Amino acid sequence: MLLGEENKVNFSFKGLVSWFLDNIVTLIFVMFVLFGFVVSEGTPIFFFLSELCDRIFRNSFLVLSLIIPVLAGLGLNFGIVIGAMSGQAAVALARYHGMGGTSGLLFCFVVSFFFAAICGYFTGKLYNKTRGQEMIASLIVGYFANGVYQFIFLFVVGVIIKVPATHPIIKPDGVGIRMTVDLIPVEKGGLKYSLENIYKIPFVQALLIVALAMLAILIIGYWLNQKRGHGYKNHPMAFGFNALMCIAVAGIAVYVISATPKLFNTVSELNSIASGLSATSDLDAVKSKLNTIASGLNAEAEGAGKSVAPKLNAVASDITSMIIPNLTPNKLNAVSSLIGSSASDLNDAAMETSPNALVSNLIRVRTVPVITGLLIIALCIFTELIMKTKLGQDFRSVGQNQHISEVSGINVDRTRIIATMISTVLAAWGQLIFLQSMGTLSTYSAHTQIGMFSVAALLVGGASTSRANIKNAIFGTILFNAMFIMSPTIGLSLFGQAALGEYFRSFMVYGVIGLALGLHVWKTNKKSKIVVE
Amino acid sequence: MPDPMNTNALCRLKSPGGVGLPTLIIAAFWVSILVGAYIVDISILTILGDTLKRAGMNGVLVLAMVPAIQSGTGPNFALPIGIVCGLFALVCAIELNLMGVSWLLASIIFSIPLAVFAGYVYGKLLNAVKGSEMTIATYSGFSITALMCLAWLMIPFSSPKMGWFIGEGLRETIQLGPVGASQLLNNFLSFIVQGEMLLPADRVGDLLIMGGAEIIPTITNEEVMRILAGEVIPTVDLGEGIRRGGEIIPTVIAKGPLVIPTVNLAELLNDGAIIKNGALVPSGMLLVFGFFSVLVWLYFRTKSGVAISAGGINPKFAQAAGLNIDRNRVLANILSTVLGAIGIIIYSQSYGYAQLYTAPLMMAFPAVAAILIGGATASRASVFNVVVGVLVFQGLLTAALPVANEVFAGTDLSEIMRAIIQNGIILYALTQVKRGG
Repeated sequence: MLLGEENKVNFSFKGLVSWFLDNIVTLIFVMFVLFGFVVSEGTPIFFFLSELCDRIFRNSFLVLSLIIPVLAGLGLNFGIVIGAMSGQAAVALARYHGMGGTSGLLFCFVVSFFFAAICGYFTGKLYNKTRGQEMIASLIVGYFANGVYQFIFLFVVGVIIKVPATHPIIKPDGVGIRMTVDLIPVEKGGLKYSLENIYKIPFVQALLIVALAMLAILIIGYWLNQKRGHGYKNHPMAFGFNALMCIAVAGIAVYVISATPKLFNTVSELNSIASGLSATSDLDAVKSKLNTIASGLNAEAEGAGKSVAPKLNAVASDITSMIIPNLTPNKLNAVSSLIGSSASDLNDAAMETSPNALVSNLIRVRTVPVITGLLIIALCIFTELIMKTKLGQDFRSVGQNQHISEVSGINVDRTRIIATMISTVLAAWGQLIFLQSMGTLSTYSAHTQIGMFSVAALLVGGASTSRANIKNAIFGTILFNAMFIMSPTIGLSLFGQAALGEYFRSFMVYGVIGLALGLHVWKTNKKSKIVVE
Repeated sequence: MPDPMNTNALCRLKSPGGVGLPTLIIAAFWVSILVGAYIVDISILTILGDTLKRAGMNGVLVLAMVPAIQSGTGPNFALPIGIVCGLFALVCAIELNLMGVSWLLASIIFSIPLAVFAGYVYGKLLNAVKGSEMTIATYSGFSITALMCLAWLMIPFSSPKMGWFIGEGLRETIQLGPVGASQLLNNFLSFIVQGEMLLPADRVGDLLIMGGAEIIPTITNEEVMRILAGEVIPTVDLGEGIRRGGEIIPTVIAKGPLVIPTVNLAELLNDGAIIKNGALVPSGMLLVFGFFSVLVWLYFRTKSGVAISAGGINPKFAQAAGLNIDRNRVLANILSTVLGAIGIIIYSQSYGYAQLYTAPLMMAFPAVAAILIGGATASRASVFNVVVGVLVFQGLLTAALPVANEVFAGTDLSEIMRAIIQNGIILYALTQVKRGG
């Protein structure tokens, strides 16, 4: 028994060291973000959460598209840049023809699918020719494709395909597409926010839904494992910890929702009236709604505190005296902005009535786009399901040993090409989500860094060149983007210059990729050395 | 009887280390662009002169690829490590207020121990990651450049030639003119082929013109007197004149097949001389490039160099024969890093500016592409590949810019072409890499 106890102590120390080395990249980033929170006094939490939320929804799809090539043995596919360029070509095409709204978005999805599939096919063939050096090949093919992309967009468009120089996306001299192309907002018939604006819910509600869903998944997973006899896969401690976290988050969300002053609902009502004003035809219904709001505010003011009441009264009188009389069809834009400013005045008043900092912070976080979230979840499910099909098993088998797969009858070349094609198409769609969320197409620079950032995000989440899963992707995206947001403030606090924070961020990104790659190769080499001896 | 050596032209094409098909294709493309230049009336001589200058500039950087490739670690994508060593040495030399030749020598001498240390550490890293050197090299290069960006911002140097006017840290581009180093090597022993130079009349004696000189006075002594007296002479273009101390002086145009300044060209240029036509051959820089090329070529014929090459061809066999592969790889890396450091110093003096911060990030790729265009593969390279490659690659890029601008106004076609050709040739070389072991 004494011996057993000794072994247990030794084992856990060695296990700890090896766990530490395995996850060193993740740990470095977690420490960096925590350090950022400690050092930066000025960043309000709601700003941080808003930015983080935006970035997660923008970038997750792209990071998820990297998983399949890793499983198929192609390493980290820096060539998703090519998929991103296909997506941008589709957006440029749609913008040129003035397409927008949901139909324009669908057009982009379909067109980019075809572009990306073709490009993915040729990229896959290239990877087959550069077996063993796929990662450096993917890096270089990204640069090469960038050259071809610039050739098409700066030269072919204009010199070989004649376009009118007066079109807003074409450069003034008629040759080439502009450096930045504005996507028209979806209300005016464009693509900007076309996916996001379909349905949005407040952040706290989203938090509640996600926490409850994850709790459900945990419980169902635990129960299924027990039922199928895989009881050994259940770790009670880990399960309990995760479940507790989910319940805690859900609890916070419920508390915030219940403690939210009703005034905030009024604020969001006013905001939605303002944004939908240009599309409304029934101005009388709007007038009556505004009247109800104004009288409600006056009633509220009677029961409110001394500092808040006059503000509520002021907003109510603004509505009755300025907004309602001016609600005529030709002044819709001006009235819309008046409503918007009343809403923000009301927001300031409402902030004073909120019970504590937690509530006021979480309330001010931007709304969450539901459809984008659903797409990301759909991709997660797709990745899980495809790995359970024969194709997925082929990917895994080719990833582990190409020779044995070939001998077992799997067409290794074809499987690798399919993996590349899927990844490129997913990257194209991911770039579409990114662009509609950004609102501008930076024609020549939007795609150049995403390969590196997505790979870095995946690695930060704990993946390696031969092993990646959905948890790595999502967790990595959250952590990586948190670091991104924190770095200017860290630079400012530590060094006194925000620019240093930016350079430090670049260093972290390059360094993390180099470190993760190096560690992985070193471990693989060490393992093969032991086998030989 | 069939000749077992089979030395006909086709075999020479296919032999490793010789001139391959990609080289011929790109060389043919270059020649066709030169023909295009002739058609649109651009001076081919000027283009060739610029080609020589750019080839010399990049030469030693491309030379740095040879030890890395020969030792089996593939092309040195981590050239930025050597480059930042060289940049740091050059910045220190400026801080010490050195100028001209002393600046050049100090930079080179100081960069060598820095590069040896960096190359040693990096070489050890590469030994731990055999099989994936190229990817790791690229990201090591990127990381070190990014780290040095932090250093450039925090370095406590105070020389006004280098710092920002407000705040700490060094500027992004540092002019080398004030250090007396702009074109320093280029102008040494330089001469102009088919040259035409506008210069002060009393300086004509400083030129040695071979093959038939032609001296055409543009502003004579007598005309100068008349101008100083206030007369306006319609045949004289004052804009073309040279002023000394604010006053117009007599000038001539000296023409000839071979114009050789007997004093340093910089002196003439400082006095107002302008080269109007012809190919300026930067002999000083070409001599230095030649010197280092010969050095590398000789080194790979010594026992140590042959050992490095043997380790690259077949590591297991070399190990069995008693060579220390790991030590040789580190040695090759040290060599490569030192050449990179010296290379950037030569590059910067020719360019006239030292570029800090993110400029070194992408400097490895043109060097890799150049040596691959010269016929090298990812595992075999020779000095012959370096010379051929850097001439053809830089020649193509130099010629393409004016021709493209003339034919298709308004697009930077040469930059796009550079991206496509450079990365295309690297991809081609990667497809030829045989999986080891």
